[in-house]
Amino acid sequence: MDFSHTEALWVLLLGSLLGLELIGKVPPTLHTPLMSGANAISGITMLAALTLIIKAGDKIPLLFLGAIALGFALFNVIGGFLVTDRMLAMFSRKKPSSKGNS
Amino acid sequence: MIDSAIFKYIIDLVAVLLLALGIKGLSKVRSARDANRLAAMAMGLAVVGVLVEALGSSGISFNAWAWIILGTFFGGVLGILTAKRVPMTAMPETVALFNGCGGMSSLLVAIGVVLFVVEGGKPGLQTDVIEQISIVVSVFVGAITFTGSIVAMAKLQGWLSTPRWTQSKVRHAINIAFASLSLVGGIDLFIGGPNGLWLILIGSGLLGIGVTLPIGGADMPVVISLLNSYSGVAAAAAGFVVSSQLLIVAGAMVGSAGLILTQVMCNGMNRSLVSVLFGGALAVSQDISGHSGSEYTNITSCSIEECALTLEAAEKVVIVPGYGLAVAQAQHTLREVARVLEASGIDVSYAIHPVAGRMPGHMNVLLAEADVPYEQLLEMDTINPEFPATDVVLVLGANDVVNPQAKNDPSSPLYGMPVLDVNEARTVFVVKRGMNAGYSGIKNDLFELANTSMVFGDAKKVLGDLLVELKELGIGKK
Repeated sequence: MDFSHTEALWVLLLGSLLGLELIGKVPPTLHTPLMSGANAISGITMLAALTLIIKAGDKIPLLFLGAIALGFALFNVIGGFLVTDRMLAMFSRKKPSSKGNS
Repeated sequence: MIDSAIFKYIIDLVAVLLLALGIKGLSKVRSARDANRLAAMAMGLAVVGVLVEALGSSGISFNAWAWIILGTFFGGVLGILTAKRVPMTAMPETVALFNGCGGMSSLLVAIGVVLFVVEGGKPGLQTDVIEQISIVVSVFVGAITFTGSIVAMAKLQGWLSTPRWTQSKVRHAINIAFASLSLVGGIDLFIGGPNGLWLILIGSGLLGIGVTLPIGGADMPVVISLLNSYSGVAAAAAGFVVSSQLLIVAGAMVGSAGLILTQVMCNGMNRSLVSVLFGGALAVSQDISGHSGSEYTNITSCSIEECALTLEAAEKVVIVPGYGLAVAQAQHTLREVARVLEASGIDVSYAIHPVAGRMPGHMNVLLAEADVPYEQLLEMDTINPEFPATDVVLVLGANDVVNPQAKNDPSSPLYGMPVLDVNEARTVFVVKRGMNAGYSGIKNDLFELANTSMVFGDAKKVLGDLLVELKELGIGKK
């Protein structure tokens, strides 16, 4: 679906405002996981890389470039989400066990 | 044809909603893990959206599929391996590495669009101003994010130190030169051929290095958070380049949320963003002759045995873990010591300074890894009023965050930084490898106080010996 650049600028503005609103109070405990999670989301450029590959036609250098871009972005996304999950798992893991102890 | 486009539109909307909910949920302990999965799901959904739309319109060639699978395979496998293997202590540099790769991706996409005429799309060099600007921004910010993140990672890993010359004022001139180079490249890209592209690339890449290199280790988390925000900006710019609203929204969200997070971190350290970015490493750039230096007098050091005896007689013990604890990987031994003390009825809690560890919240992650109950981790504002009623404080590898100078000495560079008031406790033991200064390079007045005793040694070894001593004293056998 095509859209004009003025529309896109509005989207940019509203998206930025949304981002400002979303993070109001974050307990310090979550700073690192939140940063890591947000970082994973910034790997959304993988969509741009995908689009590039799809529209590349038979231009091998462009396909190659797109695949590298996709690889980098996916490394960011998959690694980012997994590592965030690993951190967060530690917070949730011991709640039941500490209840069991006391 | 229309159907797949509408389908894509709906998927994008749902994905944006889920991403927003994900970021929101990540800021609360209870919902954080689910929120992270939600965001991951949203990303998967967005990929499906792109594929469906492509299949519905022009289709995806065999060639394209092959390259997509290739890129996915390498990126995915490396991502999984890295995420599974990296130790928790290395979290900040891991985030930096991931972040740098995200920036690299935006950069490559923009280069691809400039260099090649994309089939079915508009030609590589646009007449549209906004599109040109976004290509420039994408390359500029992407390159800074990449080189900056890699330098940040290398510095945190200890592969790179802060070169002395980077602390001189000359670095500003050099960085301005790099920035001008990128600007010239940007203008050139507007007027003429794609040659300007390489100029921006080189200029901004060097700028990323030049800006990050002089920044001291203590400020690195802030820099990583800021670079994380940049990679959001780069993603949004890439969104303009390939006309994807989803990319613009998500990039903008991460960009501004990252900015807020950066600000929150700065507040925790009482540093302004400007001084982090342009002030250089704290110890070297500022005139702190009266505060730095190793002229410690009246240092009392004590043996592990004495420490154990004092702990045995205590009723309330507060542990202050710091970066040194993380480096020594001593959190598990610490947990053992705490267990022994608790078993003999001693009240044990942990005082977590907002920037303990290497990154805000990093210490919580490390202690959680060692199974320390969440309820025992007390934040600064909660624990500070309790110090006067505390018998023993055990400072493990923390330094600047317990420096009373921050409260008492208006001339100190630390002045105004929120600190843990450990000096108000009856006895303070500081476990430290030597008399070296902390990250900030500033002398710690705490060490000279009458109620402070130094226990020299590696945190893990000291805690291990302490554990043996405590057991010999028969503590915790009841």
